[in-house]
Amino acid sequence: MLEFKNVSYVASNADGEKEIIKNVSFEIDQKFTCLTGPNGGGKSTLAKLIMGIIKPTEGRIMFEGRDITQLSITERAKEGISFAFQQPVRFKGITVSDLINFAGERKLKMNEICEYLSEVGLCAREYVNREVNASLSGGELKRIEIATAMARGAKLSVFDEPEAGIDLWSFTNLIKVFEKLRDKMGGSLIVISHQERILNIADRIIVIADGKITEDGAPKEVMNKLFLAKNCKMLENGVKA
Amino acid sequence: MKEFSALEKQLLSTIADIESVPTGAYNIREDGRLKGRSTTENIDIVSKTDKSGIDIFIKPNTKNQRVDIPVIITKSGLNDLVYNDFYVGENADVLIVAGCGIHNPGCDTARHDGIHTFHVGKNAKVKYVEKHYGEGDGSGERILNPTTVVEIDEGGYLEMETVQIKGVDSTVRTTNAVLGKDATLIIREKIMTHGKQTAETHFTVDLNGENSGAHVISRSVAKDSSHQVYNSLVNGNNKCNGHTECDAIIMDNGTVSAIPRINANCVDATLIHEAAIGKIAGEQLVKLMSLGLTEKQAEEEIVNGFLK
Ligand SMILES: Nc1ncnc2c1ncn2[C@@H]1O[C@H](COP(=O)(O)OP(=O)(O)O)[C@@H](O)[C@H]1O
Ligand SMILES: [Mg+2]
Repeated sequence: MLEFKNVSYVASNADGEKEIIKNVSFEIDQKFTCLTGPNGGGKSTLAKLIMGIIKPTEGRIMFEGRDITQLSITERAKEGISFAFQQPVRFKGITVSDLINFAGERKLKMNEICEYLSEVGLCAREYVNREVNASLSGGELKRIEIATAMARGAKLSVFDEPEAGIDLWSFTNLIKVFEKLRDKMGGSLIVISHQERILNIADRIIVIADGKITEDGAPKEVMNKLFLAKNCKMLENGVKA
Repeated sequence: MKEFSALEKQLLSTIADIESVPTGAYNIREDGRLKGRSTTENIDIVSKTDKSGIDIFIKPNTKNQRVDIPVIITKSGLNDLVYNDFYVGENADVLIVAGCGIHNPGCDTARHDGIHTFHVGKNAKVKYVEKHYGEGDGSGERILNPTTVVEIDEGGYLEMETVQIKGVDSTVRTTNAVLGKDATLIIREKIMTHGKQTAETHFTVDLNGENSGAHVISRSVAKDSSHQVYNSLVNGNNKCNGHTECDAIIMDNGTVSAIPRINANCVDATLIHEAAIGKIAGEQLVKLMSLGLTEKQAEEEIVNGFLK
């Protein structure tokens, strides 16, 4: 369904150039894939490459057998890709229901909107007409972001650290949301996460560090390796100290 | 009064949500003349004798009533100047809907200058809504220069919502307000300019009374090569609270200047000014595009929301 073929991404700014994604190739056909790895490893950059927010400096991206490398964000959205941001965007004057209507590409009925909001644990009525602005907390924005992705119901939904900021909300619910998305929406999910409980329900885990894939496989297998690696590191550090 | 023509209906519904002849008190001015008027037991409207315009008298304790005073211009070359004075009695609670729609079919300038004076009585509460809108295929300019003078007595409250929707080529908007003890003034201004339009805003608020408060919120969008200037001056002359906010989006070659001034003339005056000018945030566009909107649609939605 989604394929990266030798994708690299070099960011250039005032300080010079930095290769953030380094010749990465993979193919994802699973329903539920988790991307994990250390901070700064390149996960969000990879997600932005999928959505078309940034374009690879080298390589090709395929979606359902079609080369989408040059497609714009809008075109990719129309092809069936959606993306819930790590840091949700704030607006002035755009309401929660506006966003959900955009996502659904129609004017949803009040009870439909409420349903999406309830799914993510928001007391719906209070939020429908709220502006998606600075008056909402980070956690609230995060939940609205997830509800929006649900309303979009894309073939491939990418979530960037959905657990961040929603500490008061039980992970059981978050996991339920993803299970439901996977089963009910019929689409595939790529979830960037550090949460073991989310990683555990994935069909596949890809670990990204320093712009490269360092592990890739079934949760059990990858988790064991990660666990070992963590212990080795602790040992190493212990020896040094 | 007879029913409205299609053009009248369109202008009136755009500026004042009026679809048919209002049921409450109203005064409709068209092309410099009185088109229709109705008064009620509590609200009287009287033509001025010394100059063009009207006096609107709202009796004390009038509650939950609406007054409509729209002005429409359908001809080219008309230069209209009116004085409207509102006398709002003590403890009244009313909604006043003004607005000016210009349809200029020709190539001469059509201009309306309205001078509104509000005397808001003790503990009275007024909401004033004013929309400005211009249209027409001709090359004639559409000019609107509203001046608003406000006096709020003890405990009085005035909320002004002014909107310039589109199609006004040049506007100079002046508001001068003087507030008494415990008086409150809230102004929400929204302006969008496009083409070669210019818009200039001047707010002067004198917070004279103890515990008076003013909150001015201006949101504007300057598209194409239009230009806007926002001037505000708040004088805190007593224990008071003043807050002005100017928030502008610039697009294309649009330009905006914000010139805020706050004078604290009393040690217990608290005055704040905030101003932010910039183009639409890239991440806002990206978010909406990722939901399937084109860049153009995303821009429109962001601007519409901003000015909503
Ligand atoms: N536009 C950019 N210019 C320079 N460096 C960037 C840019 N975007 C991201 N980076 C850097 O690339 C690395 C990967 O970032 P990111 O993809 O956000 O990591 P992750 O999501 O895995 O934490 C980080 O070191 C980050 O600072
Ligand atoms: Mg990240």
